[in-house]
Amino acid sequence: MQPGSIAIAGAAETEELGRLPDRSAIELHAESARGALADCGLTTADIDGVASAGVPPIDVAHYIGVRPTWIDSTSVGGCSFLLHVRHAAAAIAAGMARTVLITHGESGRSRVGQPRYAPDPQSARGQFEAPYGLTGPPTAFTVPALRFMHERGVSHEQLAMVAVAQREWSSRVPRAKMRERITVADVLESPLVAYPFHLLECCLVTDGGGALVVTAADRAADLPGRPVYLLGSGEASEAPLVSQMADPTSFRGFRDASASAFEQARLGPDDVDHLMTYDAFAHVPLYALEDIGFVKPGEAGGFVADGNTMPGGRLPMNTNGGGLSYTHTGMYGMFAIQEAVRQLRGTAAAQTDDVNVSFVQGVGGMFMSAGSLILANRRP
Amino acid sequence: MTEATAERMVPRETPETREFWAGARRGELVLQRCGPCQRPYFFPRPTCPNCGSSDVRWEPMSGRAQLCSYIISHRPAPGYTPPYVIALVTLDEGPRMLSNLVDVDPSPEALALDMPLQVRFEWRGDTALPVFAPVEEVR
Ligand SMILES: [Zn+2]
Repeated sequence: MQPGSIAIAGAAETEELGRLPDRSAIELHAESARGALADCGLTTADIDGVASAGVPPIDVAHYIGVRPTWIDSTSVGGCSFLLHVRHAAAAIAAGMARTVLITHGESGRSRVGQPRYAPDPQSARGQFEAPYGLTGPPTAFTVPALRFMHERGVSHEQLAMVAVAQREWSSRVPRAKMRERITVADVLESPLVAYPFHLLECCLVTDGGGALVVTAADRAADLPGRPVYLLGSGEASEAPLVSQMADPTSFRGFRDASASAFEQARLGPDDVDHLMTYDAFAHVPLYALEDIGFVKPGEAGGFVADGNTMPGGRLPMNTNGGGLSYTHTGMYGMFAIQEAVRQLRGTAAAQTDDVNVSFVQGVGGMFMSAGSLILANRRP
Repeated sequence: MTEATAERMVPRETPETREFWAGARRGELVLQRCGPCQRPYFFPRPTCPNCGSSDVRWEPMSGRAQLCSYIISHRPAPGYTPPYVIALVTLDEGPRMLSNLVDVDPSPEALALDMPLQVRFEWRGDTALPVFAPVEEVR
């Protein structure tokens, strides 16, 4: 696939985010879909491909009245939507689809029409992890962090700074759920959820959704709205059990997916103006900064603490406030893509200057799977 | 402090993991070691995840381990009274597994990374789960 030959033509989030008990999960998909179609001036009749995770794409297609001839139900956690963009691009390049609708909707907080999570006691996770009092991401995703902090010399204050830096961004974003500026002391004085993680170092739990329309760049040029071009993408996985990471201080998924994306785009970390990286917990962006190659191993904690990712810093990161402060439905990846699209279009609430290339890094499960996208505001 | 509400979760073995759980009932931590590449691995399955060989055999481990990483959970979980320790432990033979730490104060001061641990078994009904406790002696 040629860098820039595929575009995100339409993008939208649900009108509201947060607590939406009057809408079920599938309706959040549908509302997002209507928004993304309107954004690029298309209707359901123009869509021949569908992709979603959580609510299956068949359900979404039927619900909104699409008759797909290309379907992707890749469901690998919160980064699924990044993989959908990559798969849609491949399908469009191969002539298997023309215009693909990718939807996300999740009633993460209100749990309306949302399947319950329960570990199967015969699964690997159910036999070898869940019986030890794991209650989900706050007690699983967090387990490798102390090792990372120990090996890399990351202090508790530096970990807290991830949350502080992102709140600086969300304080400028009216749609963000959490907007009050916070200090390192505020973070360290907030209740412990799972030592070393305090409440403010853990993501929100919200309702919401988002959708994308992906098509050939040539076709996108004929549509209203401003297309965002796909320069490169990658996908990878490591282990479904967090305890089985080969190295608890580095995520192979981040390393492999980002390397694929850079290779396809023929770019490197120095070419990136803006970074959106999954932040279910405050340590995840530190792994990403090192594993993608923005900094060397051992530098991520200081890089964030020194303000490099904050407003005015040299690598604006998670400029909507991220999952820690903007919104986190459970599968956050769609919102990372949406913010990258806004920054590249120049329509973000906390718009940064000179954003031509944005890197979006997703994770699924607890360091289980990964997706990377490199997006740009013009064709190379 | 949140009180424990229900029973701790009991894992259910599959044909591929039966020997592991049978070993645990005998008080042994039994993993598979690969013939060709000689590496023991976790979790149990009939082919070596390092080289793909099916020439693997069950073997008792020493039960000695080191504390690789941990969290102290302050969240309620069925059967657990917070705070409690969820730990990533590295067996002396190499593989890593998730577990609980027992017989230790659930506080950062008492939990030094790399501290030596020894396996114990916690009964849940007729299933025994490997858990780990700190060891005092110099190894
Ligand atoms: Zn082998």
